[in-house]
Amino acid sequence: MPDYTLDVNDKRHFVEGVEEETPLLWVLRDALGLVGTKYGCGIAACGACTIHIDGIAVRSCSFPVSAVDDQKIKTIEGLMAEDGSLHPLQAAWIEKDVAQCGYCQAGQIMSAAALLAESPNPGEEEIDDALEGNYCRCGTYNRIRAAVRVAANTYNKQGGIE
Amino acid sequence: MKEVASTLRASAFEEILDEIDPVLADEMSESTSITPLPEINRRSFLKLWAGGSLGLLLVFNLSEASKAAKSNTLSELNAYIRVSIDGKIAIYSKNPEVGQGIKTALPMIIAEELDADWRDVIVEQSPIDESIFGRQNAGGSRSVATNYDALRYAGAAAKYMLRSAAAKIWNVPFGDCSTELSHVIHVKTGRKIPYGQLGDKAATIPVPEKNKIQVKSRKNFKLLGKRITGVDNYALVTGQPLFGIDQVLPDMLYAVYEKCPAIGGRVKTANYDEVLKLPGVKHAFPLEGNGHPLELSNGVAIVATSTWAAFRAKEKLRVEWDESDASKDDWLGLVEQAKSLKAQPAQHVLYQAGAVEEAVSDTTKSIQAFYTHHFIAHATLEPQNCTAWYRNDRVEVWAPTQSPGRAVNNIAHTLGLDAAKVTVHQTRAGGGFGRRLVNDSICEAAAISKHINAPVKLQWSREDDMMHDFYRVGGFHAIEGNVDPDGRVTSWQDHLITFSEDGEKPVIAGVPRRPKDEFPASFIKNFQLTQSLIPLKTRCGLWRAPNANTHAWVVQSFLHELSTTAGVDHLEFLLDMLGTAEPRGTQSLNAERAVDVIKMAASKAGWGRKLSKGRGLGLAFHFSHGGYFAEVAEVSVSEAKVIKVHHVTVVGDIGPIINLSGAENQCQGSVIDGLSAMFEQEITMKQGRVEQKNFDTYSLLRISQAPSVDVYFIQSDNPPTGAGEPALPPLAPAVCNAIYSASGHRVRTLPLVKEGFNFI
Repeated sequence: MPDYTLDVNDKRHFVEGVEEETPLLWVLRDALGLVGTKYGCGIAACGACTIHIDGIAVRSCSFPVSAVDDQKIKTIEGLMAEDGSLHPLQAAWIEKDVAQCGYCQAGQIMSAAALLAESPNPGEEEIDDALEGNYCRCGTYNRIRAAVRVAANTYNKQGGIE
Repeated sequence: MKEVASTLRASAFEEILDEIDPVLADEMSESTSITPLPEINRRSFLKLWAGGSLGLLLVFNLSEASKAAKSNTLSELNAYIRVSIDGKIAIYSKNPEVGQGIKTALPMIIAEELDADWRDVIVEQSPIDESIFGRQNAGGSRSVATNYDALRYAGAAAKYMLRSAAAKIWNVPFGDCSTELSHVIHVKTGRKIPYGQLGDKAATIPVPEKNKIQVKSRKNFKLLGKRITGVDNYALVTGQPLFGIDQVLPDMLYAVYEKCPAIGGRVKTANYDEVLKLPGVKHAFPLEGNGHPLELSNGVAIVATSTWAAFRAKEKLRVEWDESDASKDDWLGLVEQAKSLKAQPAQHVLYQAGAVEEAVSDTTKSIQAFYTHHFIAHATLEPQNCTAWYRNDRVEVWAPTQSPGRAVNNIAHTLGLDAAKVTVHQTRAGGGFGRRLVNDSICEAAAISKHINAPVKLQWSREDDMMHDFYRVGGFHAIEGNVDPDGRVTSWQDHLITFSEDGEKPVIAGVPRRPKDEFPASFIKNFQLTQSLIPLKTRCGLWRAPNANTHAWVVQSFLHELSTTAGVDHLEFLLDMLGTAEPRGTQSLNAERAVDVIKMAASKAGWGRKLSKGRGLGLAFHFSHGGYFAEVAEVSVSEAKVIKVHHVTVVGDIGPIINLSGAENQCQGSVIDGLSAMFEQEITMKQGRVEQKNFDTYSLLRISQAPSVDVYFIQSDNPPTGAGEPALPPLAPAVCNAIYSASGHRVRTLPLVKEGFNFI
């Protein structure tokens, strides 16, 4: 089985002996111990496993490790700034008290972060579109929308992040 | 063997029901208090002083079992407040956090009475030991109701001791000292001492008698009723390992467990040798069930070096099942049986009053309807999992469960161990909704770990989770009602057709647990609720607001049918019906509180306003779990039967609100969950097999389909009750009544796709 070197959250990680088809999700969780990215369905239907590959929101449960070259992978653990300050979305999620069980929220935040990087001042439809692939079983959608709007305001005031 | 299993199963679910809803029917009708509260007295407290570094450690016992405690030792005590010298105030939260917000809410109650600055509070999850901590579970929306008084007195007692300590230090009268934001203040001089510096002295003050302790009146609350953000929020948004699925042990292996897709099937043989050759696979073996369907069922375990290796191997696993005793349930066949049963006399009377036959006259109008609702799965977003470590005849598990206390006994029973040799650590759970009241995956993990004598994480796939759930039961109501020319309901006859595993008792949540107290039984003079049973092997369980989540739909939809038939506005009709009853106690429905939430919901939603064609409002009310909820849905229905739910107004009365942010979130979530459950979701069985396996055939509501939801509370000094469940039942009838108003289409079958609707 092949070995891989992955660029995750701005660090190089060597992963030994992994089957080519292994979804990135399980490499992150089981091999690298980055368990913030969650397993929900394994068929890219729920979005709990959302990460960024070169800034694009990707469902890691259906993305084989062998398809990653030297792209930059980012997970929820790598979303805060180097100085430890929270991403505006993380701060807004706390302020708006979005989570109930919280299991989907890392995926929600990663989808929203990709949206804000692309479109810093999204309209309501744009927010819904960007988060359409992320289930929240507890039904926190009202607060998710509100938190994205709060974060967008902060984001714009800070002149963008990243 | 089969009979034993069936007996165990029935009693096991009764045990769960008693845990989450323990008040007996006989006590209910007369009772005016929610639940017996544990007695707090001096012997219930123990303060410990372990020197300057510890400060004040106040430990107290909330469990009813404490009455039998022989002496006050640490091991008998089950909750604590620790005021450290650095000013930090640590408070235990004893119940599982499954998304209901209890880890924030319970400590808030102590902090309020303690006058603690919330920023100083650190919440710690308590260990699991019901002999020490009393009941530890998340079910029935009962955690606040059962702990409220005890936690208030605990906080107030600690505050009393800190005040006394300051009074002694300053040598001033106790009455001259007040408290605020973790400080004692000498009122006359304005001097202040932080709690952290009073711990040593406070530890020398005797624990006050209950009659010396004054709890606050609601108007003086500074923390309760405010919006407080969840104590785990930071950890959640930064991806820290809070959940069951995140647990890792040294040299841990990864397991999967395959059971027969038809419930009750048994392993004959499997291709173990082939599976053992697959990459990463370490073990593959069958396990016997222990005869208890809520614990360990027969199946095949595969253990590998990673989750993915185990998942892949399970795809290659070929098991030959003995299905001679397995379920042959077929949903379409069950529907046919129900249709034939509805034409026959009911098998049992659950409750009756007056004489339904005599209520029909020439002037009354009669309607008959047949309502059908579907089976649904819990689909917690975190699939079932458990990490277990069996070693030296002891076992330790890390489990996302709603019922960690009972898990100890389930594991002990499964492995034949003494309960003292079982340790359960509670993790945060990625949703519960009633699924995690059953500890089957935990028993499996423990059994697998024992078999291989190594630490292991058992991970169910989404497919395992959906096909091996304990489902919300489907059912049927053949219902008939009469209204007189004044719009009053003269009779109501509901023949409820549900299911039975043993042929005698209905499945869990198949019928109302207290038919007499179920609205509108006591509001209609001539009333009858009867029951017929169809045999079923599919496993049923408790799903958020059990029974209420279907019963309310039928009752509140049919009331709308009656009001429409009578030509009376639905709001007036409901208020008129409730107005005929005397207000009653706090447990059974109090008509005044019901009327208040209905009126407010109508007012907030603009009931009666003119809407464009194809748009309508629908109103429904339900009382469950001690909570009163009225909801108004605003819905559009296009010519092509495409539905858009624009907005839902929720008004609730659950006594005083503990955490406004958490309570509001629960109600918004109940609306979304309720919509999810009525749109497309449906579990169907064919040849005993559940046909839905993943979210491609069993969808949840997506964000673009989510209506905006406004939530209002009517707060009162009534005992507080839970927020997790009672907002869900009125949602489905409110939406169906709105669909009728918008389109003239009466929904009598759920999910809505069954009646040809689509959604945007």
